[in-house]
Amino acid sequence: MYDLVIIGAGPSGLEAAIQASKQGVKTFIIDEFYRAGGRLLGQLHQEPNGEWVNGLAIAENLINEAKAFNVQFKLEASVIHLEKSDNGWIIYTNKGVYKTKALLLATGAAERTIALPGNTLPGVISIGAAQVLGNVNRVLPGKRGIIIGVNPLTMAIARELQLCGGNLEGIYLPPKNIINKQDSQPLEIMQRMMGLGNLAPSMLMRIGSKFVPPKLAIQFYPKNGMKVWGIPIYMRKVVTRIIGKTQVEAVEVQHVDIEGNAIGNPEFVPVDFVCLSGGLRPLIELAELAGCDVLHKEALSGAVPLHSESMETKQSGLFLSGNITGVESAKVARAQGKVAGQAIVNYLQPTIDPNKELLNRLAVGVKKARQEALIQFKPNIEQVRSTVYHQYKHG
Amino acid sequence: MTYMKNNDRLRVLNHPVLGAVKAESIYLNFNGRQIAAMEGDTIASALMANDIKNFRQVNPQAQNRGIYCNIGHCFECRVQIENDVTVRACLTKVYDGMQVSSIIQNK
Repeated sequence: MYDLVIIGAGPSGLEAAIQASKQGVKTFIIDEFYRAGGRLLGQLHQEPNGEWVNGLAIAENLINEAKAFNVQFKLEASVIHLEKSDNGWIIYTNKGVYKTKALLLATGAAERTIALPGNTLPGVISIGAAQVLGNVNRVLPGKRGIIIGVNPLTMAIARELQLCGGNLEGIYLPPKNIINKQDSQPLEIMQRMMGLGNLAPSMLMRIGSKFVPPKLAIQFYPKNGMKVWGIPIYMRKVVTRIIGKTQVEAVEVQHVDIEGNAIGNPEFVPVDFVCLSGGLRPLIELAELAGCDVLHKEALSGAVPLHSESMETKQSGLFLSGNITGVESAKVARAQGKVAGQAIVNYLQPTIDPNKELLNRLAVGVKKARQEALIQFKPNIEQVRSTVYHQYKHG
Repeated sequence: MTYMKNNDRLRVLNHPVLGAVKAESIYLNFNGRQIAAMEGDTIASALMANDIKNFRQVNPQAQNRGIYCNIGHCFECRVQIENDVTVRACLTKVYDGMQVSSIIQNK
């Protein structure tokens, strides 16, 4: 019997493990991947002061710290079922069954795909796959490729692929259809990108200052793209299909108006890989299995389980942290992990005066991390989160 | 840039921030073909490093499949290893002499 089982050894799960175990909580952490670190693995970006932030190194430090507090790791184990017991939770995995008093779901996020013909051809991979492939596996996805989809993750990983020596022909929008919806509309994407505060500053500078209205910026956006780090971003071109016999050989590209409607004839671009960047969604299946209510919040990138600011759920002994509560940067996930870890300590040790003040201080740390995060995924995250907390309290 | 082309292979040997990787020192067998791999590779990364994108065949008429998500979510990259055990190539580490084959679905 463990005091705490954490599902997900990413930034949030690791911080929660450290926060709890250093106060004597017997902690066990499960992950499906063969390495702990979650989405920290592969993250690599340059801070405005020029310093490199290397997710691999951050992960290693967190893992070492957790191990120093006797956190036990179970890697390469997939959770297949959860059950509530009289005094906690039972976790079923393909490597064994584990019992715990408290359970933390830190499952992170999954990628959304992009709908277009040919998207199952070998050589078509998700943008996150390309990140792990390049920075963790140290392999390029191919010799010459493109990215479809423009969002914060696209810009970050395009840069990472370039650092790996990858040859990116360009970044395009998805084609207009009932699934891709607004993701295929140049005006909408321009508004989103320009509305995201300090995101990809170099991209904004090249397109124009934020005082230029997005509609003007997209109307006069050059047909042949604008280069960021030498990679052309085609905000007025969509990929209509991916072509190949047994694997990717080319893409069909179409010039479009600001609403995403075709102008003129298509052109063909030879490539051997395509990265689909459809954004992220919280990975909530285990929370649903545990009986959590779910709310859909656009600002949090999809459906999220109902939870409090202290990362509790309505299920006794069940806590959440990280991207399962809404897609944000790893910095925010880490800060949330500390909150969840402390909330779990307070839950497990009710005879000790729950350290409310510490919990509150850690919650402030989440807001601070949110303000400082280089990548803002959506606007209004702070406000929308408070509506979730309000609903938890009063709803 | 730092990408070193090595007999059609796509290994990122050197990286301006992350540094160099170890040499490929082990081999796996994929559908009868010998594939050089690095200690720490997954089946998926070893195949991709050798520019092998086709991992399995859905049916003779349809498309083949390879990796998609590379972190175990999508199950597209599944292959068979010893004793016909099916695994996700992206989550399974290689070892020297490993036998890997494509799943071929005929119906």
